[in-house]
Amino acid sequence: MTASATRPGFKNPIVRWIDHRLPVFSYMDHELNEYPTPKNLNYMWNFGSLAGFMLVAMITTGIILAMHYTPDATLAFNSVEHIMRDVNYGWLLRYIHMNGASMFFIVVYIHIFRGLYYGSYKAPRELLWLLGVLIYVLMMATAFMGYVLPWGQMSFWGATVITNLFSAIPVVGESVVTWLWGGFAVDNPTLNRFFSLHYLLPFIIVGVVILHIIALHRFGSNNPLGIDMKGKQDSIPFHPYYTVKDSFGLGVFLIFYACIVFFWPNLFGEPDNYIPANPLATPAEIVPEWYFLPFYAILRSIPNKLAGVIAMFGAIVLLALVPWLDRSPVKSARFRPVYRYFFWLLLGDCFLLGFCGAHPPEGWYVLASRLGALYYYLHFLVIFPLLALFERPLPLPRSISESVLKPGAMSGAVAPARALPMEKA
Amino acid sequence: MRRPLLALLTATLIGTGAAAIGGGSTALAEETASPERHWSFQGIFGTYDRAALARGFQVYKEICSACHSMNLMHYRNLQDIGFTADQVKEIAASVQVTDGPNDAGDMFERPGRPSDTFKPPFANENAARAANNGALPPDLSLIVKARPGGADHVFGILTGFTDPPAGMKIAQGMYYNKAFPGHQIAMPPPLSDGAVTYPDGTKATIDQMASDVANFLAWASELEERHFVGVKTVLFLIVLTVLLYGAKRKIWAAVH
Repeated sequence: MTASATRPGFKNPIVRWIDHRLPVFSYMDHELNEYPTPKNLNYMWNFGSLAGFMLVAMITTGIILAMHYTPDATLAFNSVEHIMRDVNYGWLLRYIHMNGASMFFIVVYIHIFRGLYYGSYKAPRELLWLLGVLIYVLMMATAFMGYVLPWGQMSFWGATVITNLFSAIPVVGESVVTWLWGGFAVDNPTLNRFFSLHYLLPFIIVGVVILHIIALHRFGSNNPLGIDMKGKQDSIPFHPYYTVKDSFGLGVFLIFYACIVFFWPNLFGEPDNYIPANPLATPAEIVPEWYFLPFYAILRSIPNKLAGVIAMFGAIVLLALVPWLDRSPVKSARFRPVYRYFFWLLLGDCFLLGFCGAHPPEGWYVLASRLGALYYYLHFLVIFPLLALFERPLPLPRSISESVLKPGAMSGAVAPARALPMEKA
Repeated sequence: MRRPLLALLTATLIGTGAAAIGGGSTALAEETASPERHWSFQGIFGTYDRAALARGFQVYKEICSACHSMNLMHYRNLQDIGFTADQVKEIAASVQVTDGPNDAGDMFERPGRPSDTFKPPFANENAARAANNGALPPDLSLIVKARPGGADHVFGILTGFTDPPAGMKIAQGMYYNKAFPGHQIAMPPPLSDGAVTYPDGTKATIDQMASDVANFLAWASELEERHFVGVKTVLFLIVLTVLLYGAKRKIWAAVH
């Protein structure tokens, strides 16, 4: 982190003058330019910088939206429509922001599952992973409160259902809910505080993201082989190699994002949220946003309210504990022939839970969400620890550069040549 | 990487299978689902049919607006669908709106201006319910975005009035509608053949009027033509991404 170790010779005298007194240029050069990065990262490693891009995009559009929005229960709905209909390009800002939440979660979910597949949470990166889980939790809180702001039917009833979860806490539950609401129902005080917190939390996320990046740069990125960089031959400078690769990935991502914003802007939304909030009329079905659906399914899979709430929050706690639940010394699933299958099973399980969460809890959905929730817990609490004991990992390649530059030589030295060179050129 | 891909494929198949099984229980919803029609504004290159929008506004103004407000619409918005500034002024001036208070502290009536919102048919919700057998005619500004099925749903409701199936009891003051959830709707059939006279000579059948007004309401719920600027944006991004891919290939050439 210290910039003094390698002080680049800046040509510009003003830069040199400033850098001598305030070494920001040295710092940026060190962390963004020469920062040594494994040379074998595949495109799954694009999603960290994409998440950073989304955070900036959400804050930028959000600040401008806040200039036109009114957090008042009688005015909020119409002020959002004022943005959509009267503010110049307000519809664009609002659709970018509204769909940006979904994009942010898509990117972050891929980022998380990449970490799970390649064992990026293992020593010495446990704190890096924990900070990531913290960012994820903060994102969920921010997204939930943001969804309440348009004050449509689903905003109102979603807020009612989710805040009511806290009433499951024994003894103090009801008081906690009243305290959260600022009254005896979701109403104007609730909307006001949610707006305040929705504006605040993204900046706390920025703070945690900075810690996340500091922790990342301590040991550098993990890589598809899950073995450490052993010297200069294994790494390349971040710039220009990964700046250009990330830029290309960003371009592909933006094409997808723009298609959603311009052609299917309400794809992820609920029609009911274009009806102003009405405390006297409950929608036929209250569904949270898609990114909460797996947790919603776990919540509803247990008939007891308190147990359901504990199971739901427990699902996130388990994610935070992964570095200590997975005791296998091998990081990458490429060299873990059994874990690899369970990884895809967990991903499928999350899709199944999400699917169940989108439907009313009746018929086979109940059974499916119970089996899904059961597997989720088994995966973390039983399969992870047992695999460390019984799985026989494949032999690891000796170094990154060896497997990248001489894929042919591998097959002789290392029996089943699983360690293919980078898939993506 | 072949094995993980296989696993992903399996997971997808399981997911698709689950979706297929899940499809069975949505039969209830399908009962009221309106048939899908083709709308000119659909698809990446879709645009609104200006003539249909103007006819749709006429249907709204002459029929729907007797009970349904459009509180988010301003008269000035009508310029976007082909009315001239003078025509818009004339349409706005055809209603009297309450303004004030004036210098003497009194409210007064004046002709509408283009900057006014569409004048609602009822002073408040209670007045609307009192005049409609207790039912509240919903505001139509966002109706196409606020209902599953969108324009198909609006068209389905307007053309969905039929005789109830044998044995079904219809509550007093209610009407049978095959597209409405629950099939009993408080709105009497609003359209009848020839209910409006189109200046462009189009024959005013129920289907034609329902389609025109659904077009108008779809436009009213968005107001914006997103598709054209969307196509330009995506084309720009594709060119940019191709260039970035080229740059990436060139920079990485030495590493491989």
